[in-house]
Parts: sequence; structure tokens; C-alpha cells
Amino acid sequence: MSHPNQAANFLKDEKRAHWHDETLWFVREKRDISSKGIPEWEELRKLASGIKDHVLSKLDYYLEELEKTASANGIKVHWAKDAAEHNEIVLSILQEKKCKAIVKSKSILTEECHLNPFLEKHGVEVVDTDLGERIVQFLNQPPSHIVLPAIHLKKRDISEIFHEKLQTEKGNEDPAYLTNAARIHLRDKFMKAKVAITGVNFAIPETGEFVVCTNEGNADMGVHLADVHIACMGIEKIIPKREHLGVFLRLLARSATGQSITNYNSHFRSPAPGKEIHLILVDNGRTEQLSREKFKNSLKCIRCGACMNTCPIYRRSGGYSYGSTVPGPIGSILSPGIDVKKYSTLPFASTLCGSCSDVCPVKINIHEQLYEWRQEITKAQGWSAKEMSMKMANGIFKSPLAYKVSGKVLRATLKTLPDSLIYNPLNAWGKGRNVPEVPKESFKEWYQKNRS
Amino acid sequence: MKVALFIPCYIDQFYPHVAKATLELLEKLGCDVSYPMDQTCCGQPMANSGFERETVGTTKQFLETFKDFDFIVAPSGSCVLHVKEHQPKIERQEAEQKEIQHKVYELSEFLIDILKIGTIKGSFPHKIGFHSSCHGQRGLRLSSSSELNEKPFNKAKDLFAGIQGLEVVELTRKDECCGFGGTFAVTEEALSIQMGKDRLSDHLAHQVEIICGGDTSCLMHLQGIAERNNKPVKFMHLAEILNQAIS
Amino acid sequence: MSSKSMILSKIKKLAQEEKPLPEIPSFEVVGDLVETFKNSVAMNKGTVISAMELQDLVNSGAYPKVYSGSKLIEDLKTFDLPAHPKDLNDLDLAIIDGQLGVAENAAIWLEDDNLGLRAVPFITQHLVIVLEQSKILGNMHEAYGMIGAHYSGFGLFIAGPSKTADIEQSLVIGAHGAKSLRVVLV
Repeated sequence: MSHPNQAANFLKDEKRAHWHDETLWFVREKRDISSKGIPEWEELRKLASGIKDHVLSKLDYYLEELEKTASANGIKVHWAKDAAEHNEIVLSILQEKKCKAIVKSKSILTEECHLNPFLEKHGVEVVDTDLGERIVQFLNQPPSHIVLPAIHLKKRDISEIFHEKLQTEKGNEDPAYLTNAARIHLRDKFMKAKVAITGVNFAIPETGEFVVCTNEGNADMGVHLADVHIACMGIEKIIPKREHLGVFLRLLARSATGQSITNYNSHFRSPAPGKEIHLILVDNGRTEQLSREKFKNSLKCIRCGACMNTCPIYRRSGGYSYGSTVPGPIGSILSPGIDVKKYSTLPFASTLCGSCSDVCPVKINIHEQLYEWRQEITKAQGWSAKEMSMKMANGIFKSPLAYKVSGKVLRATLKTLPDSLIYNPLNAWGKGRNVPEVPKESFKEWYQKNRS
Repeated sequence: MKVALFIPCYIDQFYPHVAKATLELLEKLGCDVSYPMDQTCCGQPMANSGFERETVGTTKQFLETFKDFDFIVAPSGSCVLHVKEHQPKIERQEAEQKEIQHKVYELSEFLIDILKIGTIKGSFPHKIGFHSSCHGQRGLRLSSSSELNEKPFNKAKDLFAGIQGLEVVELTRKDECCGFGGTFAVTEEALSIQMGKDRLSDHLAHQVEIICGGDTSCLMHLQGIAERNNKPVKFMHLAEILNQAIS
Repeated sequence: MSSKSMILSKIKKLAQEEKPLPEIPSFEVVGDLVETFKNSVAMNKGTVISAMELQDLVNSGAYPKVYSGSKLIEDLKTFDLPAHPKDLNDLDLAIIDGQLGVAENAAIWLEDDNLGLRAVPFITQHLVIVLEQSKILGNMHEAYGMIGAHYSGFGLFIAGPSKTADIEQSLVIGAHGAKSLRVVLV
């Protein structure tokens, strides 16, 4: 379904949509306060952007370096050209370890690769251990936000699903009570898992280590209790040196939730005695995106989710309206690179207000890329402006009221704007809005009479 | 100093009084202003819909119409941003195009940055809410953006500062988009309306008499929603308030 | 062709022009670093206590199973580290030394040497980190400057007790890891 339809559905429950908007705006406000506490904030953004630009410009070098240094540290490095290969690699490790149940902390990459259904098909039980992710997993839903996976749900929804799955008291909606129930439930899973999967926030070729950030501590609970740690990362997650972490860790949590830093920032450099660490480097369309001059810097994204929290569209349409693994503004510039037809409405799900670009900690020009994708999409779909405007104009004549109004309008505008799209689809305009009164004469007519 | 008035097509057709106010205001401030009759739509609706490549004709027309002026001034941040950033490159006219893109100004930035008038002296005893259009704000940087860690500024509010009796309220969400967005207003109708309603509520919660803005397109959208829902608030373009207030 | 060479050759084929790697300038943190650090701990829902208070806490009997790896304060442990981390599941309180603290965000750096077992600060119900006041630095840049590339198989910054806001953005302390963090400054 297209974004406009999904958004319209979401907005039908006006109260809930308003709550969703307010909740995410609250996160955006926390981010504002936190970022404004750092005098050098804008300079940090510039640095982060520059560091990422540099990495992307010699990504092949850094990937090889990372493989060298990480391998020297005893980390087993794997390369996956696409999602299928990534999933196969994970499965083969699990099979080698005869592992039938794993714990997994938040990783957008494994969502992108649809790892969970793949493993489940092969008889592996996957337990998402981030609380929000566990909640949506219980409901058989994907995360609706990359940092706040269950942000679309209310306490009541969670209470109900926990009552069903974890036998919590019916009607008890206390977040502390529900969280504690999840703690007990998941601790049992942690104690039993032989293999733990995590994502990667940053990988450092200088030291051959990678960093995973969480607030709950679930990634660490998983990997330190398991025998094998599998870390999955997109190839763009590299930053050259440890010192660069100083820049990124200052930006990440402040942008994401307004915290000054995530609670646990774990640097994995070599496995503990007797244990294993596997690092899977995944392409899955990233080299393709890197080849697109106008869109390559979308790969600078550090998945903080700030563009979602600030986006007036995302807040009022919810993550699922995008139908893509990464929703929101950043998702709308990443997804068309994966499937331009399937995601053709996403770059249009924006007013190009530019808030996403100003909030982005690595200064991705998101709204400009949305504009550029629009140009690409109309080309790829073989649309012409004339066809589009005809299509829209056709709609007008279906509504008699709109016809009456638009006739006048069209008469007035068609003289100057034969191709204009803006006034033709007046039926959609007039549904919830009045049309401006048409004055007796245009400015041009007035000027001609009075001034020239 | 020859100043050309660049009037967005929808202002020409629906809001001629905004164009008149702009003209009169610039004249009162001593500018030699004229309105080149051959101007058409700048091509923004097309370009934002993904058809920038089909606006070559309009763009050539724009260059031809405005090339002989020192400054081109429009009562619209959005159209100015389009001319500056989204006109397709016109072959063999690159230098000329660049020059024109440099001399096109939105009204408030022309008054502040070129005429350097600082503020407008006059009186306008009303309580208003100012709606910063996103293209003006984050595109042209006419005011500071709440996302950035920068010193707050707002060129329109600077112009208001010398006007007696004029109270500009501080909105709860300082600079959220109104949901107009050009064709977005119709392709994402439901969202557009909701965003407009929310923006309107913020102004109304602060008991404003008038919602003012530098882009008539945003105001047209907000006004359409306000009227449909019988909200008692007036709408005026920045140029109208300044032109009425100036003494 | 292996996936590795495929990925690398795809990138090489782009023949990108190398963009410069920016230098990180030094950013100073003004004010009393210890005070700022204490405020940051509180912001993260941790608490700063004295060594005396810690002793009282342990003596109170509220924490039957206490592990201490601290070399900075008197040994308060009631049992020795097991061979396998899963045997720490009933650990009530862990006391470990931090290497340095960061005033701007209360992040405390720890390495394998401090942890004993990597699972300790996560699996314990309650966590105490002992930190020398003189090891408090201004910001993350200074912290990484101090840490350098020093080798430890595992290192981490801990900034507070485990927490989540995944249920309607209500902050709950104690998601999976430690339900409380106390910092003892010495």
C-alpha cells in the first residue's frame, strides 16, 4: 500500500495519532536540550560528517584494514554480498555449534536481512532481547522505529500481550512491573543461549575492534554469557580510529534520546578465553548506493533515529506507513535505492521542510536527497508531467463542487501555467480546506491598468 | 538600483493584495521597483513533483525576464529557494543563471541584508503569530532553526521590532512545518490537513488575532483549514503588515 | 569470485577521490570536573556514595552475595569469582574499579583487568564502581586520549544503571543489567 493510504489509516484514530506525535516530539525536545548543552555541537556534526565522508571515499582500504586487525585479534571475519549470504553465514555458525536457540540484541541490519524468519524456518528459536523488540516480536510485528521499536504501542497493548505471553496480571499496565516481568523472562533466555547476535554501531580498523551501544545492557548480557558472539554490520559502519569514537559517542545518544551517552558502550576487541567472536561484513546494496553520487552520503547514517523524531510526517503516520525496514526520512532515501518501484511513494512523503537535515548528527542532506529521488522516480516510472497533471485534473471532474470552484481557478491559472500541477487536483484540496476566494483581477491585470 | 518584483503565480492569481503590498512597501522604502510583465510560474510545483527536467522552458523564461535588474525580490521564500537551488542548469547560460540566482531575494532578507533598514518604524497594535515557512527558514536561513545550536535570529521579527503595539507570540513548537508542501497538500491530503490543524491549534492556543507569514502558500493552506473549521483568525502576509504599519 | 573480492572490487571500480580526514581539535570542559561528574551521575540515575557508605551497605546484609574486584578500597567480597559467568546469576552486588570517568556524561571506562569476568557488571543485581577523583576528565575526547590504543580484549564505558523507556517512554531502571549504579569516589 502507498504511503498516503497508510498515513490516512493511521490518522483515522486521531487521538492515538496525536499521542504518537506528542510522544516523539517529547524525544525531539530532549534531544534539543541535550544538544544545546554542548557549545561545540555544530562543530561535532561537521567533524562526524567529515570523518564519514573520508571513510566512504576509501572504504575498500578500511574494510581490508579492519579484516586484518580484527583477525589478528582473534575475531573471525566474514563477508556477505547480500542478505541471503549473511543469513547463510549465521546459520552455518549455528549449525556448527549445534545451536537451536539464540538471543539477539537490536540490529537494524538483521531486520533488513530478515534474519529472524530465515532462522525460524530452519528451526532456530530467535529471542530479541531489547525490551521494545521483544514486545513487537510477541506481536509478530517489525520495529516501527529504529531506536524505539515499540513506540507505536500503548501501555495497555503491552500489558495485554504480556498477560498472554508472560502471564502478568491482567490489566496491570505499570511500566516498572511489565519491565520486571520481561527481565525475569529474558534472563532465563540469556542463561540458556549458546550463541548471541548483536549489531554493530562502530567498527575501528585501527584497533580491530567494534563497539555496541545499548541502554538496557541486553547486548552484553547475551554475548558474555554465550560461547559465541556473532556481530553483524553493514560495511558503512567503519570509523578509522578510536579517537573518532569520542566524536560519535557524544553525538549518538544525544541525537537519539537526549541522553548524554548510552549506558553501555562496549568495545569488543578479542574474544574472552575459550570463546569466539564472528564479525560479518554485509554489503546488501551498499556498494550500489555508494556508486550513486547524489545519494551516497546516506551511508553516513549512524541510525540515531533523530530524523524520525523530528519528522512531522513520521510522527503523524507511524513507522509502518513506510513499509520499509528503516522508516522515516532516512528510510525514504535508503529504500528507493533497494527497490525503486516498491518504495516509489516514500520520497514524496515529505514537505521537504528540511528539519531532518538540520537534526542529523552526520549532516546528511536528507531533504535534498528526497528531492533528488523524486526526479529519479518520475524518470524510472516513465511518468511525464503532462500525464501526471492530466491524471490529477481528471480527478477534479468527478466532484461537481470541485468542478465549480476549480473551473474558475483553472480558467484563471491555465493562461499562465498550462503545466502546473498545483491547482489541478482541487478535489483533494477542497476535502478539508476551503479554496481561496478568487479576486476580481489578478495582480498582473491590476498592474497593467494602474502602473504601466 | 533597479528592483524587479517577482510575484509567485498563486499570489498573482489569488492574492494580488499581497503583491500590491510588496510593491508599495518597496516604493515607500525608496526602491525603483517594476514588475516585468512576462514572468510566469517559476516551475517549483513541477520540480518538487519530480519533473525538474521539464522546467527548462520556464527557467529560460525566468532568466530572460529578470536579467536586466540589479535585484529580484519576491514575497515568497519558497519560490526564491526554487530559483536559487532547483532551477535546472541552462546550457550556455551558466554564468548568467548563476548571477541571477545570486540577486534574487526573499522580501525580508532584501530589507535586512540589502537595504539594511534594520527595522520598520510604525504602528500595528495587534497580537500575531508568525509562521516561518520551512523553505524560508531552513532553505534560505531567514531565521534560526530550532534543531541547530545557533544564536536565535529571525529577519521578519527584526523588521517587526520597531513597530509599536505589535506583539509576536512565542509558539509552543517554534518552527514546525504547516503541512502545505506543494503537491504534498493533495497527494498526502490526510497528513497535510492534520499538520495544518496542529499548526493552527498552536497559534490559536496563544490567542493570536492574525497569523502572519512570509509565504502565502503556507497561509493559503492554513487559512483554508481555519475557514473550513470556523476558526476566528485572520491571515496576513508579512508585506501587508509592514506596509500597513510603516509610518 | 569471493564475496570479499566482489565487494572490494565494486568499491575500487568507483575510483573515488579521497576526502581528507578531519583533525579533532581540543574541546574544553569548563568548571569543576568532579562536581560536573557528580551531576552527570545523578542525571543518569546513578548515585555517588562514600567508601564508608558502601561499607555500611555491605554490612547491612541486604546483599548476601558480594563480589569485589576493587583494589582501591578494602576487600568486601563474600565469595570468589566462579569459572563460568552463568554461575554469577545470583550475584547481588559487584564492586569493581573504574579506570577513568568523564565529567560531561558520567561514563566510566573499564577493561578486562577491572572486570574479572566480562559479565560481572551486567549480570549483577547491583553495581558499584570505585573511581579515583583524580581520574575524572572533561569529555570523551580527553577520555580516548587517555585510553589510547591500550590493549584489552574488552573495554567499555558504563554511564548508569540498566534502563529502558520502551513502554510509552516511561523510564524504568533495571531492564536486564544492574538495577542500580553507585559510584564511590576516592
